[in-house]
Amino acid sequence: MKQKFNIIKSTCIPVAIDNCNTDLIIPARYLASTTRDPKFFGDAFMHDLRYDANGKPVADFVMNKPEFSEAPHEGCHEIIVGGQNWGSGSSREHAAWAIAGYGVRVVISSSFADIHRNNLLNCFVLPVVVTPAFQQELFASIAKDPQTIVTVDVPNQTVTNEATGHSEKFEINGYKKHCLVNALDDIDYLLTQKDKTEAFEKTMKKY
Amino acid sequence: MANTLFDKIWDSHVVQVIPDGPTQLYIDRLYGHEVTTPQAFDTLRDKGIKAFRPQQIVAMPDHNTPSDQQEVINDPIGRKQVDTLAANCKEFGIKHFAMGTKDNGIIHVVGPEKGLSLPGMTIVCGDSHTSTHGAVGALAMGIGTSEVAEVLASQCILQSKPKSMRINIEGKLKTGVTAKDVALYIMAQMTTSGATGYAVEYAGSTIRNMSMEGRLTLSNLSIEMGSRAGIIAPDETTFEYLKGREYAPKGAEWDKAVAYWRTLKSADDAVFDKEVTYRAEDIKPRITYGTNPGAGIAIDECVPTLDGLSDAEKAQLTAQLDYMQFRPGQKLEGTPVDYCFLGACTNGRIEDFRAFASIVKGRKKAANVVAWLVPGSWLVRQQIIDEGIDKILEESGFELRLPSCSSCLAMNPDKVPAGKLSISTSNRNFVGRQGPGARTVLASPLTVAASAITGVITDPRKLF
Repeated sequence: MKQKFNIIKSTCIPVAIDNCNTDLIIPARYLASTTRDPKFFGDAFMHDLRYDANGKPVADFVMNKPEFSEAPHEGCHEIIVGGQNWGSGSSREHAAWAIAGYGVRVVISSSFADIHRNNLLNCFVLPVVVTPAFQQELFASIAKDPQTIVTVDVPNQTVTNEATGHSEKFEINGYKKHCLVNALDDIDYLLTQKDKTEAFEKTMKKY
Repeated sequence: MANTLFDKIWDSHVVQVIPDGPTQLYIDRLYGHEVTTPQAFDTLRDKGIKAFRPQQIVAMPDHNTPSDQQEVINDPIGRKQVDTLAANCKEFGIKHFAMGTKDNGIIHVVGPEKGLSLPGMTIVCGDSHTSTHGAVGALAMGIGTSEVAEVLASQCILQSKPKSMRINIEGKLKTGVTAKDVALYIMAQMTTSGATGYAVEYAGSTIRNMSMEGRLTLSNLSIEMGSRAGIIAPDETTFEYLKGREYAPKGAEWDKAVAYWRTLKSADDAVFDKEVTYRAEDIKPRITYGTNPGAGIAIDECVPTLDGLSDAEKAQLTAQLDYMQFRPGQKLEGTPVDYCFLGACTNGRIEDFRAFASIVKGRKKAANVVAWLVPGSWLVRQQIIDEGIDKILEESGFELRLPSCSSCLAMNPDKVPAGKLSISTSNRNFVGRQGPGARTVLASPLTVAASAITGVITDPRKLF
């Protein structure tokens, strides 16, 4: 799951669903796992939109369309462009595992739900917040040409729609950027801070 | 300046602020359930480390627990999660309230009622409805499994401080209007992302006059408008509720605690990044018509029409209504329902059962309705029995089930079949939430009770 981030240049999967909640990203019945098997969670990604009740692929769902159905690999479908308020609802990190397990490295949206956004970062999937105008232009570019390339430059914090040449700066704090570029996670950092935590415990007021 | 209640609790838990980064926040209480912890315990095992402060952690299974019997979980994967939680708690020295024991129930019901959630605490759990515990004056937030592992390993998480919002509700609620209706009303005004990025404080005379159970319902639903936390300043209602609870401080400790808790309120001149005020008198019993909790109307209103919407909005509303099998402009009152659910961390408390019983008393359940009445904990269930509410329910043709998350999220046998319409006191009407293809209308315990009697969506005020 840990991977280093630098510059990602890839085609995208447009999932133009506003308020796409984590129940849609991964239905509850796929939470009943005690492991973090990427294949299991990747297969469950958007399951009930991808497949009908008989397990047959839903032809008109975007991920099943020929131009978007290829499994993500370098340069191909590593980016999802999502609708606004992406990842609302349940805190299930399984939603981030599903996205990561499917092979996606970046989700672009005009807004993310807070818990899901943290979960994505902790799973080394980069949530990129863009303006609604940039998001809509991306959807339009991809609709026109499914091969539209988007470049996400993590060190410089820019996202570029290569079809139009339009670029935006995105926010990420210096600590988290350092973590992503160097494939470091929060738990390892916290484990190095135990002295500070113990010192804090001695001074804190309970009531 | 630490002038809001949220600031006060946040600031008193800051271990350090990482330069150009998040805050290392100390966590007083971690709750764990079987679904979002197994991989977190694996992380600790992989790293060869112990739980840092196991005595501050309490775990219990709730999502997979069946509500008809609790001898055995027939689903092997669900059973494995519940067994895994028990084994992990044993291995890491964590307090565990096992399925079927008197301590067990839904975390967000059990925590406050056992006095494990106290004012001024920071509380986290791998569950978005952790916001519930904010009702006792705690800073309580849902987190992901990686963060659960962080807290297990260090009793801390790294978080960026959210913006602050105060939602004031002023005035007296009308008859038949409950905390659930207040929450559904706010959500419809704010939309499901209106409070994203904020920590909400609820204030105003309506809140001051609200019972603890009502406050817990309101805080529970904060996440449905995007806010991770929904905090309410502790007051006499809070202290009255907590006093004598199993894990609440006792004797001199209690007095000391209350003296401190009384300081936990926003300053008179506190400044919030956003502040909104609603009037209680504007709120009627509410129902939802769509597939997010913000898609709601007063029960006597009609589903919105497509008039004046943009193409994108039209498409979104049409998709929701197609799934729900409702039409634009349709009046939903009178629509036949198949399932009625009373329970969940939203409305599984004693007051909710009292409300439900007040409607169904002396009446009979409609024959076309399957009703699941599921207490949020064994303590709630015992109180229902002690108060004789179970007899009222029984005489009206209802069965009191066993504590569980039950039909809120389709991870146990209480699944609503595809295409069936459920009126539910739970918190989410998402596509497939109560079962693949299930259609959910969210409502208060009163409205669900009225609908269970008539067999159609019913305004509870007509049955008073």
